[in-house]
Amino acid sequence: MAEFIKVFFQAFPFLMSGLKFTMELAIISIIFGLGIGMLISTLRVYGGRISYTFSTAYVEIIRGTPLLVQLFIFYFSFPQIGIHLSPIVASIISFSLNSGAYQAEYIRGAIQSVEGGQMKAALSVGMTKWQSIRLVIMPQALRKVIPSWTNEFVYLVKYTSLAYLVGVPELTAQGEFVASRNFEFMNVFSGVAVVYLFVILAITWFFSSLEKKVKIPGV
Amino acid sequence: MKLLEVKNLKKRYKDKEVLKNISFDMDKTETIVVIGPSGTGKSTMLKCINRLVEPDGGQILLNGQDITKARRVEKLRQRIGMVFQEFNLFNHLTVLDNVRIGPWKVKKLSKEKATKLAMEILKNVGLDDRANAYPAELSGGQKQRVGIARALAMEPDLILFDEPTSALDPELVGEVLEVMRNLAEHGMTMLIVTHEMSFAKDIADRVIFMENGEIVEDGTPEKIFNAPEKERTHQFLAQFTNR
Repeated sequence: MAEFIKVFFQAFPFLMSGLKFTMELAIISIIFGLGIGMLISTLRVYGGRISYTFSTAYVEIIRGTPLLVQLFIFYFSFPQIGIHLSPIVASIISFSLNSGAYQAEYIRGAIQSVEGGQMKAALSVGMTKWQSIRLVIMPQALRKVIPSWTNEFVYLVKYTSLAYLVGVPELTAQGEFVASRNFEFMNVFSGVAVVYLFVILAITWFFSSLEKKVKIPGV
Repeated sequence: MKLLEVKNLKKRYKDKEVLKNISFDMDKTETIVVIGPSGTGKSTMLKCINRLVEPDGGQILLNGQDITKARRVEKLRQRIGMVFQEFNLFNHLTVLDNVRIGPWKVKKLSKEKATKLAMEILKNVGLDDRANAYPAELSGGQKQRVGIARALAMEPDLILFDEPTSALDPELVGEVLEVMRNLAEHGMTMLIVTHEMSFAKDIADRVIFMENGEIVEDGTPEKIFNAPEKERTHQFLAQFTNR
C-alpha cells in the first residue's frame, strides 16, 4: 500500500494533466452529443417521413459500428480524402456523434413517456409544434432522461480512453507513459483506475443531486 | 355574421364514420351544451373545431374564416380556447406559468403584462393564492380551474369544454361548474360537451343532442329537456330522470 501511494504521488502530475484532456473530451462531447440527441430524437418522434428515415439511419449506423472504428475513420481515413483532423478534434467529433446517437434514443424514450395530452394542450393555446416541443415537451423529457443520461456520461468518460489510440495524451495515455518508464504497471494502472472511479462517482453524485433539484414538486 | 359556423363536418376513422354531416352555428356570447351517449363523436367534433383532429370534410368558419383551410392553424387556435377532461396542465410549470405562458410566449405580451393578466384571471377563478403551486400539488377541481384560466388568458373568441368535470370526484364538480356559470354570465362564448344534465339545463342557451355522429336535435334547454321532438332524445334523457 505504501508503495502504491508513493508511485501514485509520483505519477500524480502526469495523471492530472491526462485527466484534463479526459474531462475536456468527455464534457465537450457530451454537450455536442446532447444537442445532436435532442435534434435527432425530435426528428424521430415528430418529424415527417424523410427526417424519420434520416434520423433512424443515423442512430442505427452509429450504434451498429464500433466507436473505435468510427474514431479511426475520422483520424486515419479522412486524411485520404484530404481532411486532416488533429487527434483531439477527431476524438471530439467521433465521441459527439456516437454519444448523440445513444442520447437520441434515451431522449426519444423520455419524449414518448410525456403524456400525449401535453402536446394537445400546448397546441390548443396556439403554440406551434416547435414551440410546444421547446416549451412543454422537452423540459419534461429532459428531466426524465437525467438518470439514463448520467449513465451515458459515465460511459463517455471511460470511452475517452480510446483517444489514447490516436495520440491524445489523456488519462490512460499518461498512465501508459509513466508506467513504461518506471515499470510500475500494477501501481500506476491501479492509480489510473482510482482516478476514473473518483471522477465518475463525482459525476454520478452531481447528477443525482441535479435530478432532485429539478424534480417537479408533487410528482 | 355568426361567430362559429360548422357546415357538413365529416370525420371517419378507417371504417367507422364518427361524424356524419354535422352542421350548426353559434352566436357570440352564446353557451351551447352538447349532450349524447358516449362514443357518439362529441369530443371528436370539438377537436375538429380547433383542428387537434383533422376533419375529412366540411367547413368550420370562425368569424367567416374557414378553419379547415387555414395555413397557419396556430393563429386560429389562439382564438379558440380548450379545456380538457384530463386537465392537461403543463406538469413542469407553476400555476402562474401555466396561465401566462400563452399570452407571454404565444401572443408575445411582455412578461409583466402577461403576469398581470394571469393573476387577474387566477383571482377570478379563486386560485390567486395558489399561483406558485405545481399542478401535481392541486386537487382535481383546482386543476380544472387552472385549465379554464389558461384558456381564458388567451382572451379567446370561444372556449371548447371537453367533458370538463368527468374526471373529477363528485364533490369537486361544483367548483368547476361555478366558474363556468360565471363565465357564461359574463358573456363568454362556450361550447360544452358534458354529462352534467342539470348544469346543461341551467346554463345553456341551446342544447344539441348528438347520437351516432349526427345531430339529432338542437334547441333551447326547455324544448330539449321538457318536450323533445325526437324519440331518441327522449329515450336518452329518460335514463337520467329515472335514476
